[in-house]
Amino acid sequence: MKRAFPILAVLTALFLVYAFYQALWVAPTDALQGDVYRIIYYHVPSAWTAFLLFFINFIASVEYLANSKPSTARAARWIVIAIGIVGFFAPFVPQVRQQLPTGMYPSSVATTFLIITALYFVIGKYFVDQDLDVLAVTTAEVGVVFCSIVLVTGPIWARPVWGIWWAPGDIRLTSTLVLWLIYVSYLVLRRFSDSAQTQKLAAVLAVFGALDVPLVYFSIWFFRTQHPQPVIGGGGSMDPRMLHVLLISWMAFLCFAFLVSWSRYRLEKLRREVEEAEALESLLDPAGVSSAVKTPLSRGSK
Amino acid sequence: MNSIKFLYAAYIATWLIHGLYIGSLVRRYGRLRQQMKDLGRGK
Repeated sequence: MKRAFPILAVLTALFLVYAFYQALWVAPTDALQGDVYRIIYYHVPSAWTAFLLFFINFIASVEYLANSKPSTARAARWIVIAIGIVGFFAPFVPQVRQQLPTGMYPSSVATTFLIITALYFVIGKYFVDQDLDVLAVTTAEVGVVFCSIVLVTGPIWARPVWGIWWAPGDIRLTSTLVLWLIYVSYLVLRRFSDSAQTQKLAAVLAVFGALDVPLVYFSIWFFRTQHPQPVIGGGGSMDPRMLHVLLISWMAFLCFAFLVSWSRYRLEKLRREVEEAEALESLLDPAGVSSAVKTPLSRGSK
Repeated sequence: MNSIKFLYAAYIATWLIHGLYIGSLVRRYGRLRQQMKDLGRGK
């Protein structure tokens, strides 16, 4: 595993350079916007990556909460299976199909539900107990980084194209800002709270925060907004060469996000191990024992 | 409209944010390594 990281890092760097070359020199220039439209090759993949990371955070948080009791864990598994089955078949029912926004394919909705179910079980298989919490904090932090890029590159694109940096009241923009704020508050909670309940509270906050992700994603399908329509589906008509470069760029950013998340995951695991070792040492150390004894007494006397 | 500077600004901002975050990870790793050394020495 130690050798895999530098190899993957080099491959990812090459992939990012290739995506950069494709975005700047291979993708055709937009007839209306000119070259500034190329910002989407960083803006859109960053948004998709942030959504994916927040989604993984959501699943890890749900599993962390559900695993507190074996009966809850079992119930959660069955609920996820039920959601997966209903979500897979429902989009093909004519009445439900009519409710889907124009350009949204029933097969893509069904596949999304299948992926949600599969991801729940894959994460549950490879991450248990505290590892789920470590995964949650990792994906939230890296997700916030990618979401910050979305919030910075969006206005930089909007200024020359719309003539304004920010469209106040626009639901896509506002809901993305709210999403960022929710996850920043999640990280602040984790950073500054010492309570034994912090992990559970953070998991609950993450579950509610994740509800904003579909709102951000579907806001441009269901509401009138200044933000451009979806680049995939939704009646959007993107040049196939542009779409090709966009997908290359997303793949490159996904590899990068995976590497950064891997590093952050290892860092968090190591931090917890060091904290445990320090607590153990302070218990074994005679000076540590005396201070450990003194602390509860002094607290109790208050 | 000289929009190319906005394109460069967006790309630079992206890598600046990633760079800052990776820098913070490296700093945190360094601090942990120091803590581990102190633990090994028994302070």
